[in-house]
Amino acid sequence: MTLTRILSAAALTLGLALPALAQDKTKVGFIYVGPIGDGGWTYEHDQGRLAVEEHFGDQVETVFQESVPEGNDAERAIMQMARRGADLIFTTSFGYMDSTINVAREFPDVKFEHATGYKTADNVSVYSARFYEGRAIQGHIAGKMTESNIIGYIASYPIPEVIRGINAAYIHAKKVNPDVEFKVIWAYTWFDPPKEADAATALIDQGADVILQHTDSTAPQAAAEKAGGVITFGQASDMAEYKPTPRVSSIIDNWAPYYIARTQAVIDGTWESTETWDGIAPGMVEIGEITDAVPADVKEEALAMKEAIASGDYHPFTGPLNRQDGSAWLAEGEVADDGTLLGMDFFVEGLTAEIPQ
Amino acid sequence: MDLSAIDPTLLLASLIVASTPILLAALGELVVERAGVLNLGVEGMMITGAICGFAIAVNTGSPVIGFVAAAFGGAILSLLFALLTQFALANQVASGLALTLFGLGLSALLGQGYQGIKPPPTRSLDIPVLSDIPVLGPILFSHDLMVYLALALVAAVWAMLKYTRAGLILRAVGENHDAAHALGYKVVRVRLLAILFGGACAGLGGAYLSLVRVPQWTEGMTAGSGWIALALVVFASWKAGRVLLGAWLFGGISVLQLNLQPTGIPIPVEYLSMSPYLITILVLVIMSGDKSRAPGSLGRTFHASQ
Repeated sequence: MTLTRILSAAALTLGLALPALAQDKTKVGFIYVGPIGDGGWTYEHDQGRLAVEEHFGDQVETVFQESVPEGNDAERAIMQMARRGADLIFTTSFGYMDSTINVAREFPDVKFEHATGYKTADNVSVYSARFYEGRAIQGHIAGKMTESNIIGYIASYPIPEVIRGINAAYIHAKKVNPDVEFKVIWAYTWFDPPKEADAATALIDQGADVILQHTDSTAPQAAAEKAGGVITFGQASDMAEYKPTPRVSSIIDNWAPYYIARTQAVIDGTWESTETWDGIAPGMVEIGEITDAVPADVKEEALAMKEAIASGDYHPFTGPLNRQDGSAWLAEGEVADDGTLLGMDFFVEGLTAEIPQ
Repeated sequence: MDLSAIDPTLLLASLIVASTPILLAALGELVVERAGVLNLGVEGMMITGAICGFAIAVNTGSPVIGFVAAAFGGAILSLLFALLTQFALANQVASGLALTLFGLGLSALLGQGYQGIKPPPTRSLDIPVLSDIPVLGPILFSHDLMVYLALALVAAVWAMLKYTRAGLILRAVGENHDAAHALGYKVVRVRLLAILFGGACAGLGGAYLSLVRVPQWTEGMTAGSGWIALALVVFASWKAGRVLLGAWLFGGISVLQLNLQPTGIPIPVEYLSMSPYLITILVLVIMSGDKSRAPGSLGRTFHASQ
């Protein structure tokens, strides 16, 4: 152990001392939860990977593995990538959290970046986007546009990320439409097009005329289009194929600048373990075109909210807000702190659905 | 809890839509396994059928031609498996797994440029008079042709295996290929045909996903349906009727649990979520308490010299 440590330390010093000799390409790996053609979450991460390739050209080599299940398989996939000489590995799903930490412990010289998680280490950073900012805008449009006052929400897993999205959308739908009701289905999957379509159909059959999704494929869009008279929002990616309806707007995750910056940091040797949580303002969260299916005044309000969030004038979680059980959470004008948001495990008052425990 | 939000007519109609893909795939695999061949490539053949059917339906504007193409696509892929296992005498488990991986990759390649396209609608038949019957009409008589074709196929496979000479030969080959060979039956030829039939059925099941149930093309969109179909064959004790029951149970409970979730029914979501698997397995395992067992030569390699 000590010997390898000395050797690796020596190798590191040598590498730092002689950067000119280090002609080796920097190898950047990506672990994806779905196929790169899912049209949503994984697709956008892969766009980020392609941006890294384009930006660095011959300096960098990228590798990726798609459709890696969360759990033990993930650990094997990440380890394999580390063994094959990756210098930096992005693991792009919440369920890879423990696997990433475990592999990182065994490969102290490899840098890891885990998306949407909260566990860090000396060589593990976490990064995520403030999707809830986009959800707030969606909630506003949804609340204004629903005629049945029933909004269907296809949730994936009961994790803070998803719960935050439901809360943000509900708060802003309720604000403009006090009669609004949210029906939530927990799909327990990130990517399963038939199941996602079935979930959308179930919600539509039960009266929903707006479908929000937190799963990765475009299947709910197709189901909504088939049903007719239903609006949806692109999730993680623009899903522009379903414009102008059912998809009336979208949240687009733009990972490219972050991936380029982190790869640069590894090349420069300045990489440090960090926690990044960026939103609309730095451009990590983008709002896709609001189509003409949305009335002009609603579109204007939505864009105004986007501006207010970007400038920092408005926070989607601003009091007064109560928890689902009626207890006070935020006082008038009080803004939620990041800690509470990152660990959010409760619904806000008014939601009738329950969070699986 | 507000169960009134669920419309039983719509629920039963979507139950049938949800169960058709796995029903078709499982039925094909049933025939393959009854002939003594274990083809684990169902998932790969399904997804190949899904993209073949989708691409052809989009280009010709006809879902019917799409379904035919899907059957061909699945069968052609299964031919690869047949060549490997029946002529090159490769291991069936390994070849089947390889076929799944190959099918997933091939479909992703073929599907480039087909994302986000809307397929031509597969019209429901809306059988005159019958489909106007309240309640029963929408549940039983307002589906598309494939639903009825799948049901007819169940009956045909059942009758073929049970009553016909061809069925007897197929079963003989599956139970004991050496004896069948000694009697002069062409073991390899029978198995080849069974494998092609299985491939075609899996292809149809896949196309039903991409043309009717979702309807769109997405990479990896079968998301494990092929494996469910495989498991279904085993739990259904290699019997056509039970495959139908299993597919309906699985598809039905999958849809039912999604419908129950938003009603606030006091059953934890985790249990609802696992219920399709649990109940289907439980029912079929209890039913297999009789003397049903796997075909005798299942998965074994056959060569005329042995």
